[in-house]
Amino acid sequence: MAKMTYRLLQGNEAIVEGAIAAGCRFFAGYPITPATEIAEGMSVRLPMVDGTFVQMEDEIGSMGAIIGASLAGVKSMTATSGPGFSLMQENIGFACIAEVPCVVADIMRGGPSTGLPTNPAQSDIMQTRWGTHGDHPIIVLSPHSVEECFTVTVKAFNLSERYRVPVILATDEVVAHMREKVALPPRESLEIIDRLRPTVPPDWYIPFEDNSMGVPPMSAFGDGYRYHVTGLVHDVRGFPTSRPDEVDTLIRRLHRKIDKGLGYIQEGEYFLMDDAEVAIIAYSSVARSAKQAAIMAREDGKKVGVFRPITLWPFMRKDVEEILKNVRAVIIPEMNMGQYSREVKRVDQGYARIITLNRVDGQVITPDDILRKLKEVY
Amino acid sequence: MPEYTRLIYNYLRHDKKFPHVWCPGCGNGILLGSLIRAIHQTGLTKDEIVLVSGIGCCGRLPVYVDFNTLHTTHGRALTFATGIKLANPSLKVITIMGDGDSMAIGGNHFIHAARRNIDVTAIILNNSIYGMTGGQYSPTTPYGMRASTAVYNSIEQAFQISELAVTAGASFVGRQTVYNARLLDGLIEKAILKKGFSVVEVVTHCHTQYGRQNKMGSAVDMLKWQRDNAVPVEKAAKMSPEALEGKIITGILVDKELPVYEEEYNKVRAKAKGLS
Repeated sequence: MAKMTYRLLQGNEAIVEGAIAAGCRFFAGYPITPATEIAEGMSVRLPMVDGTFVQMEDEIGSMGAIIGASLAGVKSMTATSGPGFSLMQENIGFACIAEVPCVVADIMRGGPSTGLPTNPAQSDIMQTRWGTHGDHPIIVLSPHSVEECFTVTVKAFNLSERYRVPVILATDEVVAHMREKVALPPRESLEIIDRLRPTVPPDWYIPFEDNSMGVPPMSAFGDGYRYHVTGLVHDVRGFPTSRPDEVDTLIRRLHRKIDKGLGYIQEGEYFLMDDAEVAIIAYSSVARSAKQAAIMAREDGKKVGVFRPITLWPFMRKDVEEILKNVRAVIIPEMNMGQYSREVKRVDQGYARIITLNRVDGQVITPDDILRKLKEVY
Repeated sequence: MPEYTRLIYNYLRHDKKFPHVWCPGCGNGILLGSLIRAIHQTGLTKDEIVLVSGIGCCGRLPVYVDFNTLHTTHGRALTFATGIKLANPSLKVITIMGDGDSMAIGGNHFIHAARRNIDVTAIILNNSIYGMTGGQYSPTTPYGMRASTAVYNSIEQAFQISELAVTAGASFVGRQTVYNARLLDGLIEKAILKKGFSVVEVVTHCHTQYGRQNKMGSAVDMLKWQRDNAVPVEKAAKMSPEALEGKIITGILVDKELPVYEEEYNKVRAKAKGLS
């Protein structure tokens, strides 16, 4: 068996290593706390592996550049935080409609606006889902440890390549700046997915034609398959259209390709959930406090478990519904005013009592915070 | 079929339903013809060319031609072009933008692309108006002219696109009118062949919006206005600033050798690998 490499890394550094391992060879970014270390790391690492780093004039340009690089056939990513993530939204929509794979790391800090640049928050959960205008599916993954910053980044690239979608890697300042010992798997043991490329002769290539997966093969500029890419609604050849049947077909295919992949895309961790009477649903750094709280509660004989969605979007409805049916109460601690809990409440048909715990003071949610909340139900 | 028509025909996409979106008499078609002739002269293949546009009337230009084509978001063509060029430097990337696209919403990207000296050719169609949205004033609408958002006449000073490109550090800057289409062919060809960031400002007309609102007559009248007001840069050098007021200085404004980003980045790679 190939050997693991052990390193002491920061979350942001692990994201850099994950991206390089996944085959990312282009990064465009703009400095912003608390995501800057990703740009710094990429500026060091990419030129070592014949990749390219460019510091753009703003986050709008960064997003445009990574889409361009991806269209030229190179796996690409950018990294930012709240204010920069807001600036990227228009071009994220472009990547959705033109089906350009790319990864955007959003290291969440307190908001709105300039907010709390050096404090953690989870206040972009809804923005990752609905930040760009128009109906669109999106994949959002959230690591809760430094080791996961590596593995989930690899997964983010794999999903973006497989489904031709932008994937948002959303975590918070705590995970991004924390240092932990991590076991990095050897390259050959990693599953790396590359986008499907056309194998037909160029004159047979129909760039946006539907198939069983709903994901058409993607040619790179310069490969000889000359085609048109646009942010306008387009027909199967990529040409602008407003014909209702063609418009409807495109928008529905974009959704269907993600709906069909839910089993592959969605991933979550069940911690002490087997006999749990109360579940805590938490993600990114808060999930760490949630796990500790569950351990402490069990020492008092309280059957508490944790469900931790790694895939924040598409919302893990089946898992959450199943949990709601099997526990009497769910506690949802979040460093926001209740963004993920809204979704849980939306699917709760009176199955379980839902209790929210919201901290918006720029401080982490501690196990004690959660245990105090637990007293309301246990 | 005349030779010129045949040449252009060879570069058009025949599975795209013509007619195009432009008004009869628009200068965009003249520029498209000029661009095709220039590319043909360079000897570059269709596969090597990536044509990137932003939003506006000229944003629709790439869809008609048989290259790798990309129609991006408003003002961002140069950012997408930067990514394409850096990801695959063997491609020849040409952007098509309007005056609003490149100078207003995309103004910041423009000066930084010039400063970075990425090997991209930026063609800017300057018709001094937002045409597609119905004739609002743009950053190049001259002071005192009328627009649908300046019915009391514009009180803003206009940007000089080419002069801005020179100041921002572009390797090559040229300006020409669509009236002088043959000269425009040669200018675009030189810009494409230039290593580094090259800019061609194409002075054109929007008789539908700008011309109508400012009572400048038909497309033909506006072309004649271009003919009568264009001054070659060599001649302009001998004229007083007063005599040049309202004139269009045409020709090559700057052509210099500067370090190109992609080549500089190869040095970065060598350093990162400990090779130098």
